Amino acid sequence: MIRVNELTKDYGSRRALHGLTFEAQQGEVVGFLGPNGAGKTTTMRILTSYMPPTSGEAIVAGYDVVSESLEVRKRVGYLPETVPLYTDMVVFDYLKFMADLRHLPDAEERVGETLEMVGMVDRANGYIGSLSKGMRQRIGLAQALIHRPEVLILDEPTIGLDPSQVVEIRNLIREIGKERTVLLSTHILSEAQQVCDRVIIINKGNIVVEDTPENLQAHLVGAERVVLRVRGEVDDLAVKVGKIKGVQNAKSNPDGTLEFQFLPAQDVRPQVARAVVESGYDLLEMRPLGLSLEEIFLELTKEEQPAKKKKAHS
Amino acid sequence: MRNIWIIAKREYDHYFISPVAYVVAFSILLVLGIIFALVIYTSAQNVFYGSVPDISPVTGSFAFLLVLTTPALTMRLLADENRMGTMELMLTAPVRDSELVIGKWLGGVLFVLTVIGITLIFPIILNSLVSPGIDQGAMITSYLALILVAASFLAIGVGISALFTNQVAAFFVTMITLVTLWWLMGFPADYIQAGSEFFRYLDLQSHFYSLGQGKIILSDVIYFLSLIAVGLFTGTMAVETRRWR
Repeated sequence: MIRVNELTKDYGSRRALHGLTFEAQQGEVVGFLGPNGAGKTTTMRILTSYMPPTSGEAIVAGYDVVSESLEVRKRVGYLPETVPLYTDMVVFDYLKFMADLRHLPDAEERVGETLEMVGMVDRANGYIGSLSKGMRQRIGLAQALIHRPEVLILDEPTIGLDPSQVVEIRNLIREIGKERTVLLSTHILSEAQQVCDRVIIINKGNIVVEDTPENLQAHLVGAERVVLRVRGEVDDLAVKVGKIKGVQNAKSNPDGTLEFQFLPAQDVRPQVARAVVESGYDLLEMRPLGLSLEEIFLELTKEEQPAKKKKAHS
Repeated sequence: MRNIWIIAKREYDHYFISPVAYVVAFSILLVLGIIFALVIYTSAQNVFYGSVPDISPVTGSFAFLLVLTTPALTMRLLADENRMGTMELMLTAPVRDSELVIGKWLGGVLFVLTVIGITLIFPIILNSLVSPGIDQGAMITSYLALILVAASFLAIGVGISALFTNQVAAFFVTMITLVTLWWLMGFPADYIQAGSEFFRYLDLQSHFYSLGQGKIILSDVIYFLSLIAVGLFTGTMAVETRRWR
């Protein structure tokens, strides 16, 4: 359980967090989204008792992060942004060291189990320095999981992993999130969609929006976008597709593809596919166009942007 | 306590995979071996004049070598954690800042104790060569003084290492501090009348040799213990302020 109330943090004269307030319950995976410098890492560092907030309070696993810091640290597993590994240590020894620091009675067994969870059993006797970035990321995750913490805080856990590993780690996080509280930060919206029960978007130290990923996307997008690739000229086809009921904003792109939108309530993709084929075109590809975090961001900060630009010019 | 031990053990083990530690141990043992051989040789020449060989040339040189080598042993301890980002790991693990610093220091102490342990062969050889044997009291206090010097140097080194992210910077600042304590503190006492007592008390070398005479002198022991306390306190403070940055 994480409860954060009016959290602020100043670095010198720069205010990094402007009164953040949010909660995360047990059995919930909460995603923290935001661009670089939004305050994600700062918030996580405060929650793990790495540094104290300037004002406000944070309760993690039932303890205050400032006054009961050691109790918090016993109950939190943390994977920082730069994976903290002693590169000249053997994987097994490193995890054993972390297990010992947490006073686990059956440290060696626990290390074995955890290595299995992250799929690194075969590298247990290798030096950390010889591992690839993705493997190091997994060892970092193993370190955070070794004591089966009540609260797991992960700063960009899937960065640097190859696609199959990403899937594995996401499944692992979701599994853990069933019983524990997980707070993870990410740049990738699809990751938040797949893993998180709730998403908090922050920008410049403020919470911009807080919702489930589904609501967020539906609310922001309103319509789904689809890209079509066919053999041949698409200009005429764009007109034809545009006439189909339910299709919005059909247009041909400079790269020879065709794009259109439709409301989620009425899926027009079968009609469009049929129309394309009936018009004598070969349909090569039809795929949904996801909305990237950047686009969501532009969407969310739309009103601020023009004002900023004007200022910059004057 | 348990945390201190776990951290100390990791640091101790780490010394045995680091080339720096091997170079340090090897050069200390080599230089001391040569000095010891010279001691034996000259004693053999002087035996008719009734002088009894003693172990102080070995312990004295060892203490001097520690001035040069301790910075290499301590520069890594906390500076490297800062650099590699593992400080974030240690500071979010259930470990007090003081436990971290003391554990690092203890790891270094255990390593130097190992090297000191190897040099015990010298007094044992010397003892078997002369009859009725060497002054055991002086031998024991010389070694006690040596251990206290090593522990103080390491504490100062750990404290300075905590202030830096760069190992080289930590190395040189530690070296300058130790050189100052070992050599320079005694000088002003000879030239400046006012406060000469003060400088004389700070002079590390005089405490070291006064302990080595065969009697345990409380003020000397307290001097070294306060150096250790200052070093470890500096380290803990440096780690703590890192949180507020």
